[in-house]
Amino acid sequence: MTYLEHVGKYFVMLGRVFKKPQKPLIFYQALLKEIEDLGIKSLGIIMFISFFIGGVISLQTALNLDSPFIPDSLIGFAAKRSIILEFAPTFCSIILAGKVGSYITSSLGTMRVTEQIDALEVMGINSLNLLVLPKIIAALFFYPFLILLAMCLGIFGGWVAGVLSGLFTGADYIIGLQTDFDPFLIVYALTKTLIFSFIIATVPSYHGYYVKGGSIAVGRASTQAVVWTTILIVVANYILTQLLLT
Amino acid sequence: MIEVKDLHKGFNGVDVLKGISTSFLAGKTNLIIGQSGSGKTVFLKSLIGLHVPEKGTISFDGRINTAFSEQEKMQWRQEIGMVFQGSALFDSQTVEENVMFPLKMFTKKKPSEMLDRVNTVLKRVNLENSNKKLPAELSGGMQKRVAIARAIVMNPKYLFCDEPNSGLDPQTAIVIDNLIQEITEEFKITTVINTHDMNSVIEIGEKIVFLNKGVKAWEGTNKDIFSTDNEAVVSFVYSSNLLKKVRDVYLNETK
Repeated sequence: MTYLEHVGKYFVMLGRVFKKPQKPLIFYQALLKEIEDLGIKSLGIIMFISFFIGGVISLQTALNLDSPFIPDSLIGFAAKRSIILEFAPTFCSIILAGKVGSYITSSLGTMRVTEQIDALEVMGINSLNLLVLPKIIAALFFYPFLILLAMCLGIFGGWVAGVLSGLFTGADYIIGLQTDFDPFLIVYALTKTLIFSFIIATVPSYHGYYVKGGSIAVGRASTQAVVWTTILIVVANYILTQLLLT
Repeated sequence: MIEVKDLHKGFNGVDVLKGISTSFLAGKTNLIIGQSGSGKTVFLKSLIGLHVPEKGTISFDGRINTAFSEQEKMQWRQEIGMVFQGSALFDSQTVEENVMFPLKMFTKKKPSEMLDRVNTVLKRVNLENSNKKLPAELSGGMQKRVAIARAIVMNPKYLFCDEPNSGLDPQTAIVIDNLIQEITEEFKITTVINTHDMNSVIEIGEKIVFLNKGVKAWEGTNKDIFSTDNEAVVSFVYSSNLLKKVRDVYLNETK
């Protein structure tokens, strides 16, 4: 299959996904399960990574700004900008592409190779609508909260690292956080997050849903899904930055 | 009755089904047999609408399934029960949830009514007291019985089974065969089974369609199969010495 055929098939898939759910109650139950599987179960890794990466960003910035003419508050300012603009929305989305993307592809791929998807279709159920739409809505609904949490914890991690290391004071860091705060940065970060969430939910779903073969094919599809999701996030990040910040 | 006329289906330029025409008897156990790669699974998946034929028609009691509107197709799907080769149970759901799933999806029954129906069909397939177990906790034979229970829970008019006794020991395979035949007779379902289990052929095949390289090479009953001189059928069905002896004994007795 050519890349163009894959793109066409992906959009045809989306056409079948975005249909009215056949049974709202079952759809809501699936949605709650996806919020738990894709969102709540990702809280731990995102919290852990955000805290430590925030700390590393602050330490690196502090260690590289050793000129007496540069105020220490710049460390807080730089950490805030780095975390809000790039680390939280992009870096965390790439982490989620790995964790959640492989989960989505392998679960749908296993359903495909064990004929569970065929069983749904034979019953007269739109399997794409039942299996993929809850994932998309769960990701779009939950990931902005996850990214906001990552921002807060990253900034907090930076503060803790600075105070514990003695490289800068907590007060300087907070002054830096308050300096030139532009609320549009949050809007920009959340806009990116929504686009990335859609990519994280749909690209691995495509790879899992259309897998052919057995367990090796499912493994290969999971790898491809993570690679393509990451590539698309990086490309979308570039385009969105160009569109929203320049 | 299910009637198939001039059915063609291929993949990537390779013809798999090359103009199959046959019919399946209403309220009877019909078998599709043939070697691996003969097109049995593609044929069965075409019958249940998972593959769209390139040419030809399939009609269910006079209704051609490729001409259905979306609404008719939905209605028709609810008349179909399917037992997949690997059971295809939803592995995150319990036995009870698996069997109840079509009821939840397509009926407006109260939870207590649905549970009653689930318990009735589970009892029918001799699988009581397993409601809360997950598919992974069941043996292969039990999984097949859950799959049969799920397939019949909506009272289907047509039941399709893809190699229902593959991977089972001979004793359990006979239990599953008998269960399918009993259910077919009891509920007057038109059953189509895809198999290459010769015991099934001899025991329950009220109508047998033999496929060879994508074409219908022979059809008849489980009695006819003993007396046929069709070379492809004879070499496939009587490939073991045991079955050759069974055939000889049967032909001697009926002389």
